[in-house]
Amino acid sequence: MIVNLFDQASFLLKITRSHDIVRRYFVVNGFDGALTMLGLIIGFLVSTPANITVIINVCLGAAIALGMSGLSSAYVSESAERKRALGKLEKAMVSDLQESAHGDAARLVPMLIAIVNGSAPLIISLLILTPLWLSNAGIPLPIAPLYLSILIALMLIFLLGVFLGQIASISWLRSGIQTLLVAIATVALIYLFTGQ
Amino acid sequence: MVLVKKIVLDVLKPHYPNALEFSKSIAEVGNDYRVHLTVSEMDEKTETLQIVIEGESINLEAIESVISGMGGSLHSIDEVEVKNEASGK
Repeated sequence: MIVNLFDQASFLLKITRSHDIVRRYFVVNGFDGALTMLGLIIGFLVSTPANITVIINVCLGAAIALGMSGLSSAYVSESAERKRALGKLEKAMVSDLQESAHGDAARLVPMLIAIVNGSAPLIISLLILTPLWLSNAGIPLPIAPLYLSILIALMLIFLLGVFLGQIASISWLRSGIQTLLVAIATVALIYLFTGQ
Repeated sequence: MVLVKKIVLDVLKPHYPNALEFSKSIAEVGNDYRVHLTVSEMDEKTETLQIVIEGESINLEAIESVISGMGGSLHSIDEVEVKNEASGK
């Protein structure tokens, strides 16, 4: 059943040539999520020490908002794009395609893209917040939870770069370092503007 | 009983699914279907196909359903070959 759903989703993405859009949304919004969490955590780090529950709640709030923003914005824009594309195809075919795979794609592909676009920043943010939850639950960590979260954020940003490198068939290391440099520049800017 | 052994269809379809996926889906309708697909014309968004389907007992309705399910439309049946099985070999 799950395999069937996956095949069906893959087929619909293929006939609408949306694989690359999904991939792009995943990277762009995943990157948004990672940098936002990194920014928030650095912000807490340079501020008066806050209660870890407060940090978790603030970061979780931002992560949920990023997820909802990704979900709704992608759905609205992709839905309009798919309807337009279907209309053009129906005109060329001189027939109603609502009951065909193209009609299904016009309805389901925006949902698939929206799920990817919404879940990418949410999942990445939740991964970054893991050390904070573990610390809050009393589980001992090798280093302070905020620093561990920063390390995870940097690692995920590097991995997103590696993923991009593989897509573009360029050096994964160079691509990973490029995205990592963006993260480091972000951290530097935060320190600069917060006067620390 | 009259069985359809071969049909030649003129079909218009969008570029996707491509010719291979399209013919595979048609072949999946019957266990012994043999499908030969030729793209005879190509436009910006559509392509015209000539599809030859051979089998022991071809179910045209099921084939039409698969074609329309993939966004294609059957324009005409250009050739048919039928056999009356009850009348002997």
